[in-house]
Amino acid sequence: MAKKKKMGLKQKYALLTRGLDWETTYQPMDKVFPYDKFEGIKIKDWDAWEDPFRLTMDAYWKFQAEKERKLYAVIDSFSQNNGHLGLTDARYLSAVKLFLTGVSPLEYMAHRQFAHLGRHLRGAGPRVAAQMQSLDELRHAQTQIHTISHYNRYFDGFHDWQHMHDRVWYLSVPKSFFDDAASAGPFEFLTSISFSFEYVLTNLLFVPFMSGAAYNGDLATVTFGFSAQSDESRHMTLGLEVIKFMLEQDEGNVPIVQRWIDKWFWRGYRLLSLVGMMMDYMLPKKIMSWQEAWEMYFEEQGGALFEDLARYGIRPPKYHDVASKEKDRISHEVWAIFYQYTHAAGFHTWDVDEAHKAWLSEKYPNTFDKLYRPRLEMWKGMADAGNRFYNNALPQLCTTCQIPMGFTEPDDPSTICFRSSEYGGDTYHFCSDGCKDIFDHEPEKYVQSWLPVHQIYQGNCGGASVEDVLKWYHLNLGTDNMAYEGSPEQKLWSQWMAGRHPVAAE
Amino acid sequence: MAVVALKDGYTGEVRDRVENFHGNWVTYLHWEDHLSFCAALAFPFPPDMPFGALLEEVLPTYYGMHPDWANIDWSAVRWTLDGQDFTPDPAKALKDQGFHHKSLLRFWTPGLKGPADSCS
Amino acid sequence: MTRNVSITLQNTADARPIIEAITEDNPEATVADFPSMVKIDCPGRLVVKQDSVSERIGREWDVQELHLSLITLSGNIDEDDDQFVLAWT
Repeated sequence: MAKKKKMGLKQKYALLTRGLDWETTYQPMDKVFPYDKFEGIKIKDWDAWEDPFRLTMDAYWKFQAEKERKLYAVIDSFSQNNGHLGLTDARYLSAVKLFLTGVSPLEYMAHRQFAHLGRHLRGAGPRVAAQMQSLDELRHAQTQIHTISHYNRYFDGFHDWQHMHDRVWYLSVPKSFFDDAASAGPFEFLTSISFSFEYVLTNLLFVPFMSGAAYNGDLATVTFGFSAQSDESRHMTLGLEVIKFMLEQDEGNVPIVQRWIDKWFWRGYRLLSLVGMMMDYMLPKKIMSWQEAWEMYFEEQGGALFEDLARYGIRPPKYHDVASKEKDRISHEVWAIFYQYTHAAGFHTWDVDEAHKAWLSEKYPNTFDKLYRPRLEMWKGMADAGNRFYNNALPQLCTTCQIPMGFTEPDDPSTICFRSSEYGGDTYHFCSDGCKDIFDHEPEKYVQSWLPVHQIYQGNCGGASVEDVLKWYHLNLGTDNMAYEGSPEQKLWSQWMAGRHPVAAE
Repeated sequence: MAVVALKDGYTGEVRDRVENFHGNWVTYLHWEDHLSFCAALAFPFPPDMPFGALLEEVLPTYYGMHPDWANIDWSAVRWTLDGQDFTPDPAKALKDQGFHHKSLLRFWTPGLKGPADSCS
Repeated sequence: MTRNVSITLQNTADARPIIEAITEDNPEATVADFPSMVKIDCPGRLVVKQDSVSERIGREWDVQELHLSLITLSGNIDEDDDQFVLAWT
């Protein structure tokens, strides 16, 4: 008996994404799809868009259900078996706190924005892809919240992550990054999140960090991380397809796309400086340095990508050379920021021990011993003398990336990079030429930056004292913040470990 | 350049305009070659505050814990205000010697570059 | 110069036959082990063949099952029922 031939992938995908749309007649198409033209991107043929994975809804549900089953089996087992006791060290959790308060709320924002695109893009193919991604992002937010809920039972700083995300000074960095993208038009959003962030930069966030989580015994994070990352591969592919689609549709799209790539490369790169700090300073067992990750994922893989895009007239993002010059210092500069402002943070920092310094010295032979080791040693000396260094004044922030202006001149790692612009009679300050260019191009947007330090001085953050502001953040003072040494978390961890490794009898 | 927006004439609220700071001007201070202070410091100063108050009260409070602080030769200090060389007058108010809202004051203390000349 | 394409898979029982198939079908591929993951680089082009994986697992492998093990990739993708191709043009 002849077996009925199964429908092929290409055919199934075509049935899902072609021929179901129609030209509207009660209302003009431009009113039904009001957002996809104002940015100046010209699309002649929406059907030219094709998802290379050709994922259809039935396959999507099947594979996502399988991923969820696996993920929740692991999270449940982690929780049931007190998996947190298998961590290398409680210091590791600072990285998780930063991730769950900084990144998880962005997953939810991505869910919302892709739902918006899933309605408002004119072509059915990209609409279907955006709808799938919207569901993925909701899943990521949910799985991360489940992971938070386990850690929140035992550790500090996890209790009010969404509230903190909207208020805490350093969380304004990821929050404003995403708000910037979500308040742009649909094509800029796709360039910012799907291409620049997911395709070009997300490897630097998820891959070394999740591998680091695995190395440090954090089964819960590694599991949600890699489960999410399997979706990211699809998102990255969407990002690359969208770029190629725009470039192929009309030559006039090229300069618009190039400017977005320049902008969002720099925005994403600055955001990832926080990840650099996590990799180099917060993982008790380390995978690779920020510099090594940058070389592998940006210089090598990104280099191949931009070589491939050259045929469309696209060049590597502006200031990528500056980012490469900074690769042996940004993690140290960002650690310096958080070390001295850890009294205002929802996680801990600590004095770096000798083995860790030796690792940093090996990984950063040109900079660590000369510039950063003496600093860490001075701080250690101050802490040993009972004067652990906390900076009691508030830092100047960059108007664009909102990070304290702790980055140095591209060709001089010992001098802060100060840039400024005049607009409408006011001065605006920036950490870099990249951030200044972004402001200068769209000043109407960035004059609205909600800069936490200025908001405190305007009286919008619960009061004038640091204590007032931290309460307004919902930080538990003396528990969530301050140095790791002497924290309740350190005491708890030490008790647990003492119970697990009894001291050998003489 | 102007932002490309859906709405013609789009413009946003200037969130840090001087009127929002209750009579103060945001002022940034930075001690060069001492990056253990990770960034310039931001303060809301009354514009009629004399420079002397900044010199005698503000700077020692926030920088005084650094081992180099006690060794500064104040006669040799070099200042810039918003990128221009600057000679402060301790008796005069900030507003009467070139400061404005969101000015940046940088200063160099010759011979002092932190531990092991690391610029920390 | 031919730039590398790259694929990273989880280091799991499900992924190992895929990794084996890739290394056999792409002799130029280099495999790097990291905690919990495996990164495979290959100059210019890399193919994952449905037949090769099916043979190893003793049942018909659906190319889209790759999604369950995939962490990240670099290169332009072309996927159909028989193979998954990653390439720079």
